[in-house]
Amino acid sequence: MTAATQQSQAGTDYRRIFIDTALTALIALAIIGPIVGMNATAPQGGLVLEYRWTMVFWLVAIIAAGRLFLQLLVWNRPAWVEPIHIKRTGAAAIAIGAVALLVGLSNMDSPVGFLAQIHPSLAAWMIAFGVFALVLGIWLMTSATKEIAEARGAQTGGLMRAVEPYGKYVGVALFLIAVVLPFIPGVDRRIVDLAILMLTYVMLGWGLNIVVGLAGLLDLGYVAFYAVGAYSYALLSTVYFPLWFGEGITPWTFWLVLPLAGLLAACWGIILGFPVLRLRGDYLAIVTLAFGEIIRVILINWYDFTGGPNGVSDIPRPSFFGIPFSNDENGFAATFGLTYSPLQRIIFLYYVILVLALITNFVTTRLRKLPVGRAWEALREDEIACRSLGINTTNTKLTAFAIGAMFGGFAGSFFATRQGFVSPESFVFMESAIILAIVVLGGLGSQIGVVIASIVVIGAFEVFREMAFLKAIMPAGFDPVQFRMLAVGIAMVLIMRWRPRGLITKRDPSIYLKEKKAVSADLVAQGHG
Amino acid sequence: MASWQTNPVLRVDHITMRFGGLIAIDDLSFTVGRNDITALIGPNGAGKTTVFNCLTGFYKPTEGMIVMRHEDGKEFILERMDDFRISQFAKVARTFQNIRLFAGMTVLENLVVAQHNTLMKASGYTVAGILGAAGYRRAEREAIEKSKYWLDKINLTDRADDPAGDLPYGAQRRLEIARAMCTEPKLLCLDEPAAGLNPRESDDLNKLLLSIRKDQGIGILLIEHDMKVVMEISDHVVVLDYGQKIADGTPAQVKTDPAVIRAYLGVDEEEAPPIAEKLVTEAIVRAEHESQPPGKQGER
Repeated sequence: MTAATQQSQAGTDYRRIFIDTALTALIALAIIGPIVGMNATAPQGGLVLEYRWTMVFWLVAIIAAGRLFLQLLVWNRPAWVEPIHIKRTGAAAIAIGAVALLVGLSNMDSPVGFLAQIHPSLAAWMIAFGVFALVLGIWLMTSATKEIAEARGAQTGGLMRAVEPYGKYVGVALFLIAVVLPFIPGVDRRIVDLAILMLTYVMLGWGLNIVVGLAGLLDLGYVAFYAVGAYSYALLSTVYFPLWFGEGITPWTFWLVLPLAGLLAACWGIILGFPVLRLRGDYLAIVTLAFGEIIRVILINWYDFTGGPNGVSDIPRPSFFGIPFSNDENGFAATFGLTYSPLQRIIFLYYVILVLALITNFVTTRLRKLPVGRAWEALREDEIACRSLGINTTNTKLTAFAIGAMFGGFAGSFFATRQGFVSPESFVFMESAIILAIVVLGGLGSQIGVVIASIVVIGAFEVFREMAFLKAIMPAGFDPVQFRMLAVGIAMVLIMRWRPRGLITKRDPSIYLKEKKAVSADLVAQGHG
Repeated sequence: MASWQTNPVLRVDHITMRFGGLIAIDDLSFTVGRNDITALIGPNGAGKTTVFNCLTGFYKPTEGMIVMRHEDGKEFILERMDDFRISQFAKVARTFQNIRLFAGMTVLENLVVAQHNTLMKASGYTVAGILGAAGYRRAEREAIEKSKYWLDKINLTDRADDPAGDLPYGAQRRLEIARAMCTEPKLLCLDEPAAGLNPRESDDLNKLLLSIRKDQGIGILLIEHDMKVVMEISDHVVVLDYGQKIADGTPAQVKTDPAVIRAYLGVDEEEAPPIAEKLVTEAIVRAEHESQPPGKQGER
């Protein structure tokens, strides 16, 4: 910013700005030209290239104008523009954006509304304009506020600093919301389902957080343990338990198999742990990645045991401690004198995963205060020093893998009983990547960070299903659902740009003498495998 | 007879360490007294840190034997033990030339991590700890008490809850010593503890080491370049040059030893031209070995 101010004092160099704008337009043309300008369509009888040069022209013009705007008003700001002007502009933009958004939203549902009479897609345009104005306004406001604060000599980083003291209440608030969620008015099956999905990822994130966040061992194959848990549950409950104990065991299957599935996953954690004990960093990541794929390939190809690509179906649903959720006199509803509703089972599933996730959190926070947890963190900081202090790093790594894997196994069991069907399709590398992304976005080692990150990531996937208004503006055939991975990717790049250590960057000490002071992430090592 | 000859805590017996064709330690033998401060000195590249890495199990010597003998007569053959078992059972603790604290953990946490094995037992290998057993909570309180004792000794009580990485350099050196002491060693090995300290900090360090010897009754083995520290506090000095022992005795004896003076001040050319030639070639080989970054040194 200071360099820019100096330049504006020296007078604006219009020639340089012109060249810069022209260059920007050229680059935009080079990128947008082939991608937008040429559209391969396949009508009857072959592939046809369709040219859309008008659209290219408008996009390039918008980009060049934006660059020119930045050059003239932001980077080479005229002397008469003061930060307070920008702040006011920002506030106005926010106000206009909010109004536009509200007007657009309120006219969205009624096809014959006031706006729709003028133009069919005007409401959608209003929403798009509103969102754009809001983002622009917020950006102008924050940058101007920061500049004013800097000019006054105050410390910057204001927003995060202001929010931080309330950070500890976020966990409590989220917990309270989670407990009553199914009974909040207006919460329907769709939302409970989404919450179940989020909680599954929270649990997986917490499990992986032990391995990656605390012990600093980069694990790209975490989904393998999820798969082991799911298949353990599926096979034990459909094939082996009826075989060993007869059909009478079925209502109890979930509660008996759940711990077994966790134990089996923990065993696989140790099996993975042994070969990777001596590996670090990239090499560890590659081996764990391969491990995840091996498990999936085995599941596909061991047809006799796993059912191959067909998977395992008809997995028994969980029961309310022996009472099934069925619509007859032995069912849950009849036993407790309620009217039968399929939602009861969903709500029960929601509470099962909530309790499982809370157990994971409880155990992890406990472990952090135990010698084994401190040894994990010490291992992440410096393995050599650990060994010099008499810490058996082999066992420490194996326990991290085993306990992380165990929680993955529990989550897998839950997944199997919720879906009623498992197949290798569900355990692709993408799942590992999403879980790892949740841990990294949340901030390595942070429990609440994982919760926020999984709400953001899983929520973002779902929000894209709702963005029907985009269909109205965009060309025909546009489906926002197809763009959700792109949007999540962009969001991740942005978060990593501004918060490279994740959303929560403070490390909570596990023990303190007088006062608990959070450790800044700059000092905390990220582990080297 | 000197104390290190009659009742040694550590006996290094004819160890040789070869890295490929390079002989870093050549048939070295010395002993460390049970309650002595022993200094291991020598010019750069003499093999001092390699000796430390052999003692603490980071390297396995090519030949020879290293025996740690406790007061109760228990003997540990160090070159056959894993590095972490040496610290856990043979009770040899060490610090590093380039400080290796857990920078992202607080000062107190650093000291508590060092008491890992005691606490691990108290937490019933984690099972009882998860269930919140009273025995573990008591053990943790004791661990904090012990940490407090050491914090007090190294003057860092006020900074107990600050991250170790935030401490100034001298304090980090002291903390590393305190952390090593929290493992309750019988022998403390310090790799250049005074490196980078100013004269006042260096004096404080001397006091700390003397008080450790007095209060804990343990042996201290240190590598040091600062001759002031060596001459002031050590009872016994072992001088290495090119991996071989060239002198062994009290500071006063070593100071006047002609071999030591030669090693530190250089050799007269007319006195030993062939030796000088040999030394130059060896120094080149050694320089290549030394050019590895120091961080690589302890790693396997």
